[in-house]
Amino acid sequence: MGTKTLDLRGLSCPQPVLETKQAIEDPLFDELAILVDTKTSVENIQRLVSDRKDIRYTIEEQDDFTINLMKIKG
Amino acid sequence: MSFFKAHWKIIVCGTFIGSVAALLQKYGNPPNMGICVACFERDIAGALGFHRVAVAQYIRPEILAFVLGSFASSLIFKEFRARGGSLPLVRFFLGFFAMFGALVFLGCPWRAMLRLAGGDGNAIIGIAGLIFGIYIGILFIKKGYTLGRNYPAYRLSGLLVSLMMLGLLFLLIFKPSLPTGAPFFSEKGPGSQHAAIVVSFIAAFFIGIFAQRTRFCTMGSIRDIILLKDFHLASGVMSLLVFAFLANIVFGQFHPGFANQPIAHSNHLWNFLGMTLAGLAYALAGGCPGRQLFLAGEGDIDAGVFVLGMIVGAGFAHNFSIAASPAGIAPWSSYAVITGLLFCIATGLFMKKHIA
Repeated sequence: MGTKTLDLRGLSCPQPVLETKQAIEDPLFDELAILVDTKTSVENIQRLVSDRKDIRYTIEEQDDFTINLMKIKG
Repeated sequence: MSFFKAHWKIIVCGTFIGSVAALLQKYGNPPNMGICVACFERDIAGALGFHRVAVAQYIRPEILAFVLGSFASSLIFKEFRARGGSLPLVRFFLGFFAMFGALVFLGCPWRAMLRLAGGDGNAIIGIAGLIFGIYIGILFIKKGYTLGRNYPAYRLSGLLVSLMMLGLLFLLIFKPSLPTGAPFFSEKGPGSQHAAIVVSFIAAFFIGIFAQRTRFCTMGSIRDIILLKDFHLASGVMSLLVFAFLANIVFGQFHPGFANQPIAHSNHLWNFLGMTLAGLAYALAGGCPGRQLFLAGEGDIDAGVFVLGMIVGAGFAHNFSIAASPAGIAPWSSYAVITGLLFCIATGLFMKKHIA
C-alpha cells in the first residue's frame, strides 16, 4: 500500500473531483495527497468524501490547497 | 432537513435568481426572459453592431453586473486568481457554437428553466436536449477528454473581462451617439423591453455575488447528478425553477401551453438538437454560460474567451440566418447546429489524454 500524489491544479470541472474519485477506488493506494488550486475544487472533493466513514482527510492551505486523504480499513 | 442544511446556500442562490428573474420580467424585461445569458449577450452583440437585427440590440446591464458582482465577491473573499492558458481557442469555438445551439432553441439553460416556469412546454423539449448533450459530454469526460491545465497569469490579464464590462457600462449609461449610429438600441421588440438600468444592475450584481460564492451552474447540476450522483448544484437549479414558477403565478406571468409562447417556436426536433449542441459545448467547457461569466469575473481568462466566443457567435448566428425566431428556425439553423455538433464531437474525441 502506498501514497499517491495527484496534481490537479488548473483543471476544469469536473476533472479534479473525478480523478480523486478514481484514485479513491484504486486499491493500490491507501493514502492520497491531492493538490488543487481553487476553493471550488476543495469543496467539490469535500462533498465527495464527507459522508464516507471509511475516509478521513485534512486540508492544508498555502498558495494552493493540499488535501491529505486516508482510507480507514473497516 | 439535513439536505437543506448541507445545501442551503445554493438553494437560497437559486431562489434569489428565480424570484429576481420573474421580477425583472415584471419590471420590463422580455416575457419568459427575466434573465437569459445567451439572449442578453446576443443583445449586446447587436448593440455593438456585430449583427443588425433591429429588435435585438441593447447593452444588457445584467451581463455586466454578473461579471462585476462576481469580481467584487472574489476580491472580498480572496478568491480572485488570474489564470488562463487551457486551450483558449478551443474554448472560443465552444462558446461560438454553443451560441448557435442556444439561439436555435432561443435561450440558455437559465432561460430554459424560466420558460418552463412561465408555462412554455417547448422548454421541456429543450431541457431534454440539454440533458442529452451533457450526457454525451460526460461520455467524453469519462474517456479522458480534457483541455488541459490553466496556469497562474498576470493579475491585470485576469481583470480584462471586468474592465470590458465597465467599458460597456459606460456605453450604456452615456449612450454616445456616433455618426454610424453605434451603439445601437432597439426601439421595438425584445431588445427594447427592459427594466430600469439601475434595477437590473443591482439585482444582477447580487446574483453575481451569490453565484460566485455558491458556484451556481445549471450544466454542472445535470452533470453532477449523472456523473457523481451529487444533487448539490441541482438543489439550487430546482429552487430557481420552483420560485420562478411561484413568482410567475403571483404576478400573473404563467401561461401554460406549446403554441404562441413568447420568443419561442415549436420545432421540436431543432429545439432538442439545438440544446443538445449547447449542452455538449457547455459540458466540454466546464460550465454553463452564466457560470462562465462568474468564472471570468474571478479571473478565469479562459472563461472570458468562452464568453467572447458566445458574443461573436451571436453576431454570426444572426448575420448568417442561423438564429431562430418566433416564426421558427432559420434557413441555416440546421446546417449550423450539425456543424457545431461535429466540432464538439471531434473536440471530445480527439482532445484527450491517455488514461492508463
